[in-house]
Amino acid sequence: MNYGIVSQEQLEQIDTILSSKLIKLGVDCVIIIDMAGNIITAKDNGESKYDVYSFAALAAGNFATVDAMAKLVGEAEFSLLFHKGQESNIHFSKIDDELLLISMFGKDISLGFLRLNVVEAIEQIRKVWDTNNG
Amino acid sequence: MSFINLKEKVVQVKIVYYGPGRCGKTTNLEYVNRKFRDQIQSEMVSLKTHGDRTLFFDFLPFDMGQIKGYDIKIQLYTVPGQVKYNATRKLVLKGVDGVVFVADAMEKQREKNIRSLNQLHENLQAYKESIFKLPLVIQYNKVDLKDHGVPILPTAVLRKDLNSRLKVPDFEASAITGYNVAATLKKIISSTVVSIQKKLL
Repeated sequence: MNYGIVSQEQLEQIDTILSSKLIKLGVDCVIIIDMAGNIITAKDNGESKYDVYSFAALAAGNFATVDAMAKLVGEAEFSLLFHKGQESNIHFSKIDDELLLISMFGKDISLGFLRLNVVEAIEQIRKVWDTNNG
Repeated sequence: MSFINLKEKVVQVKIVYYGPGRCGKTTNLEYVNRKFRDQIQSEMVSLKTHGDRTLFFDFLPFDMGQIKGYDIKIQLYTVPGQVKYNATRKLVLKGVDGVVFVADAMEKQREKNIRSLNQLHENLQAYKESIFKLPLVIQYNKVDLKDHGVPILPTAVLRKDLNSRLKVPDFEASAITGYNVAATLKKIISSTVVSIQKKLL
């Protein structure tokens, strides 16, 4: 995988997937980050104003911590994480060993529906990644 | 490894402040945060204990302007300095592009500086990075304590202890007063950006 640089074409394809699978569904903000805390791409519904850079740093730390905990209990990984709040929720899902998909959404979307769409989005993103970097 | 977004022309650069406990890593970032407020769009993130010790990391994103049409986003991190937190230090070092090693100039901290630098060397090896190749700047912090009657090591001694083999740029500094904090930061940014450019060519 040509990690570190992603082509414009790849990013556009990924952005399209995020828009059609998640933003259209009503998700406020979707970010793809790497495990070092860099942002690969971020998409939002045009209304939400999150500080995505700080978010990425914290999310990478959070995921790394959970990964270390998984190892302690003898799991290879916990591939998804979910934080529930009163008004907003955050869902984390691993794309591969280096990439993480984070969705922030309100209470109007059911978790199950979101998860289905996240799984589909991730499959499509992996394909984009593999065809270009295979 | 820095992340380069060709679509939006953004380069994200990760710089980590590393060093023994209470050497002044967070104080460095706090000074930068105050001094360069107009270039920083977000709040500094600090994950710390009730006793104000860094628990996980501090994070400060920082816009440096453009180089060859690319926006350079500098991301400053600190590690927790306490001995017991090495697992966390390792996590923060993932994908690092440049390191500032903050040494504590107080006489009684001499051994801790050396131990911490050795551990940095080991931790980088775990990511297949070499302390001899990665952009690195050493800062001898707390030189202001001399004026308060606290015994501190002469810079020559610190240099011999920490920089005799590495031979990287080094600075005497006082993070609390801001002396050479910006100089340290400028040096590590320029070394890191040059190293990224070299990798890309």
